[in-house]
Amino acid sequence: MSLIKETDYGTPASASENKITLSIDGFEVTVPEGTSVMRAAMETGIQIPKLCATDMVDAFGSCRLCLVEIEGRRGTPSSCTTPAEDGMVVQTQTGRLKDIRRGVMELYISDHPLDCLTCAANGDCELQDMAGAVGLRDVRYGYDGGNHVKQRDGGGEVNARFMSKDESNPYFTYDPSKCIVCSRCVRACEEVQGTFALTIEGRGFGSRVSAGMHESFLNSECVSCGACVQACPTATLQEKSVIDIGQPEHSLVTTCAYCGVGCSFKAEMRGQELVRMVPYKDGKANHGHSCVKGRFAYGYASHKDRILNPMIRDKITDPWKEVSWEEALSFAANRLRAIQYEHGKESIGVITSSRCTNEETYLVQKLTRAVFLNNNTDTCARVCHSPTGYGLGQTFGTSAGTQDFDSVEQADVVLVIGANPTDGHPVFASRLKKRLRQGAKLIVVDPRRIDLVRTPHVSAAHHLALRPGTNVAVVTALAHVIVTEGLFDEDFIRTRCDWDEFQEYAEFVADSAHAPETVEALTGVPAAELRAAARLYARGGNGAIYYGLGVTEHSQGSTTVIGIANLAMLTGNIGRPGVGVNPLRGQNNVQGSCDMGSFPHELPGYRHVNNADVRDVFEKAWGVSISDEPGLRIPNMLDAAVEGTFRGLYCQGEDILQSDPDTKHVSAGLAAMDCVIVHDLFLNETANYAHVFLPGSTFLEKDGTFTNAERRINRVRKVMAPKNGYADWEVTQLLANAMGAGWSYTHPSQIMDEIAATTPSFANVSYRLLDEKGSVQWPCNDSTPVGSPVMHVDGFVRGKGRFIRTDYIATDEKTGPRFPLLLTTGRILSQYNVGAQTRRTENVVWHDEDVLEIHPHDAETRGVKEGDWVKLASRSGETSLKASLTDRVSPGVVYTTFHHPSTQANVITTDYSDWATNCPEYKVTAVQVSPSNGPTDWQEQYEEFSVRARRIEAAE
Amino acid sequence: MELQVPEADVANRTAAIADGHLNVEGPLLPILHDVQKEFGCVPEAALRVIADKLNLSRAEVHGVMSFYHDFRQEPAGRHVLKICRAEACQSVGGEVLAEGVRKALGIGWHETTPDGRITLEPVYCLGLCSCAPAAMFDGELHGRLDDAALSGIVMEAGR
Repeated sequence: MSLIKETDYGTPASASENKITLSIDGFEVTVPEGTSVMRAAMETGIQIPKLCATDMVDAFGSCRLCLVEIEGRRGTPSSCTTPAEDGMVVQTQTGRLKDIRRGVMELYISDHPLDCLTCAANGDCELQDMAGAVGLRDVRYGYDGGNHVKQRDGGGEVNARFMSKDESNPYFTYDPSKCIVCSRCVRACEEVQGTFALTIEGRGFGSRVSAGMHESFLNSECVSCGACVQACPTATLQEKSVIDIGQPEHSLVTTCAYCGVGCSFKAEMRGQELVRMVPYKDGKANHGHSCVKGRFAYGYASHKDRILNPMIRDKITDPWKEVSWEEALSFAANRLRAIQYEHGKESIGVITSSRCTNEETYLVQKLTRAVFLNNNTDTCARVCHSPTGYGLGQTFGTSAGTQDFDSVEQADVVLVIGANPTDGHPVFASRLKKRLRQGAKLIVVDPRRIDLVRTPHVSAAHHLALRPGTNVAVVTALAHVIVTEGLFDEDFIRTRCDWDEFQEYAEFVADSAHAPETVEALTGVPAAELRAAARLYARGGNGAIYYGLGVTEHSQGSTTVIGIANLAMLTGNIGRPGVGVNPLRGQNNVQGSCDMGSFPHELPGYRHVNNADVRDVFEKAWGVSISDEPGLRIPNMLDAAVEGTFRGLYCQGEDILQSDPDTKHVSAGLAAMDCVIVHDLFLNETANYAHVFLPGSTFLEKDGTFTNAERRINRVRKVMAPKNGYADWEVTQLLANAMGAGWSYTHPSQIMDEIAATTPSFANVSYRLLDEKGSVQWPCNDSTPVGSPVMHVDGFVRGKGRFIRTDYIATDEKTGPRFPLLLTTGRILSQYNVGAQTRRTENVVWHDEDVLEIHPHDAETRGVKEGDWVKLASRSGETSLKASLTDRVSPGVVYTTFHHPSTQANVITTDYSDWATNCPEYKVTAVQVSPSNGPTDWQEQYEEFSVRARRIEAAE
Repeated sequence: MELQVPEADVANRTAAIADGHLNVEGPLLPILHDVQKEFGCVPEAALRVIADKLNLSRAEVHGVMSFYHDFRQEPAGRHVLKICRAEACQSVGGEVLAEGVRKALGIGWHETTPDGRITLEPVYCLGLCSCAPAAMFDGELHGRLDDAALSGIVMEAGR
């Protein structure tokens, strides 16, 4: 193993199909038109010295090191800014060029510290490399002139130009004394990340990189994505981990375990120690970009809270007892078998994790189907994107997004519904913002003014700030405008959909009950704005829809998904790059966990358990007989537990107590069970009710695959040994074998082979193919041997696209005198989901508690001021948190995040759920807000209980 | 010109100035000029408002403002004297001339006399090389200066 070095071509690739040929240093090179001379040279392996150029940003031409001579041209043009032309004859090394380069380097070095041996970038510094490349031997100017390097001059006077190091960001430092002002960081922040947090202040020799208005990085607009650190050629912007540990010596490409974007990273290591995560340029989801979570927030993997030994206890009121793996597994197996013996085989089940690999998820559902012999398996997708599975399955025929992320580069109108990409899917948001800066139009449908509505250089053409819970009415009104104003794509509908079904649907939506003017009173969206948005989406060119949990987590979540699919079919925005319907998946492997048969009614590949042919495939492979009865969903498991018929649960990598709605109901269900097995990194909230704790492994400690929101199967590679002793798939296998299963997998690739052999959409997937291609997008079988970036190209998977009527039925969760406000929930950039990981990293400097966003008007009538403690009460329960006054939310709407267990936002949420899939209605809860002195009784009792439940008996 | 303007006032008046320029192409510089006219400088609070109005980041507005020496962070004195320190003026005694007036006023470059009367600024070429040494006083050019002429200009200026 060695350190993976990626070639830096200096300038971005050209997409042109025209080829041109030029001669560089006597070598013929053929490149696409629009390629820079610098890149063309690098394509043949000729490295032109450079400092300000790097291929993540456009050419800038400021460092004057990459000069070349071109026959027939005067002077020495910079190769980064000069496009290659057919027949050009370029010299990159002449006496004249050497002199110029050496002179330029002398100037750079005369204002740069000479502490290379003790510098953190030693060995990874482009300035050092270039000094070597140009043959710098002497600096004629000396080091005593005006400089930015020394704190005091020779006479002890303070050097006014010196700026001290900024260490405010928890993950990287900014040392202005090492800066060569190449602007790479500024350009990366603008072009790649799209935040524009950095600038060059001053001019001439006084030019400095400045975060915000000469602020510290932490206080500036910086979102800590790491693009600037990545771009910096020196140690000016340097990861603190590299300063602490030193340069890495080997690396492996793996996949981030946070959101559904599925960014590829190089895990750069020193032995077993992770030095840093560097975004991988060949990663097809992220193309070398990252966000603060994937890039920096991996500290949880070695956090002191991590539990490394199995533990058991007889009752949840007992303290935990650390035991051997054998003892824990046989304790668990005996209990589960005893429960099944006494209460029937349906009395136990599993919850698979959207955080674990495909292979692990597959094994967990296999455990319940082949060992427990029931279909009681469910997954956290139940509480997020199950309506996507249902809605897109019904209309298009597959339960997945239709596009790859690259598709956004060809979109002309982007409709974002109930998603907050800059916080939830930051790397995709950066790509989206880039496209919007190029002129694509944006429509945002969200009750809250998310950052995308207005952020530097991006502003939404329309923001439909609807009342929470009225998605269906808004989406149907959009369809109404498209149909009644004749904006639909008749050709597409006639050829790709069922015309009769369309006519029936058109009649339904054309009813004046769905007109924007009629629903305005209900939704709060001005009719004229909604009409304009509909016209823009229908007629603005390639229209792409991206949606998130703001669509699905409603009592009519599935209906909205269907409505969205209808919009795309109406306007013919399906089946080519730049369009489509794209769910932004919350977790790294939600897509994969759904694909792998985690749902109680579906075997891997979304095939119903009552389908005998499919059961037959698995029965042959597994040598068991599979139940044809769909099993229990998570809410049903909890209901059955309270009733006493469901008594044992194996829960892998999910904290249902914190993440599922109506916390009190979840805790009652868990408390009623005889054997709760929690398999996790930490003693999470669910573990407070567990009898067996099996320590989990992180994504750094195992091999496997994650499937991201664009159906891309990415490899996860083991970079260190599991600190707990076993990867998660091994633990599941051990548990299965303790129950007599006799499984004998020795590597996850064998599990993938089994998936490929049994599941048609994965038929050609193998670790060999993934290693060769980097990644593939399912379906990957004989008809699409290397995967499918865009789906439904020539026809829908189900045949004809199906229009389904979308009647709006208001949720039963209604505001009234006691609960006059609507609470909606979401997430924030620096934290992730229930925060189990991110709360155990330095990310807490950005968000150390959940706050309640409330409109100043609502706050004033309740006597609430900024930062006050408020009590948030709903029909389900109450909690307390601090208020933040903002007009991001409309009057009548309040908003909070759910990252911190001390807030327990889900104590408030109700158990209303989607009619088709039981996906909980997190996004709408009627609440009241009132001033408060501090935590509620529930919070205090829970805190006390959880301290008690987490006791671990001292070893004897 | 007021010396102390409350921050809310800065924000409101800057917003009004920015609104007047929103339909101009490349409105940032005209806005900065008008803000400086209004307050005698470009206060930090104004930059935040401008960034918000133009949908730019704070960093971008700061980058532009700090690029131009003539946009001030703090108000200047009642008069501004700019002395050329570029090569042509240096070659005919500009440095000595500048040093003299600096001593006479008792302030350094970019500083204002304690009574708030004069601010001294260096400038790198006024385009008057043929009439060096040169200076600019309250926007008016003066060439072929010597000690006496320069102090005459400075002393004659009203309070």
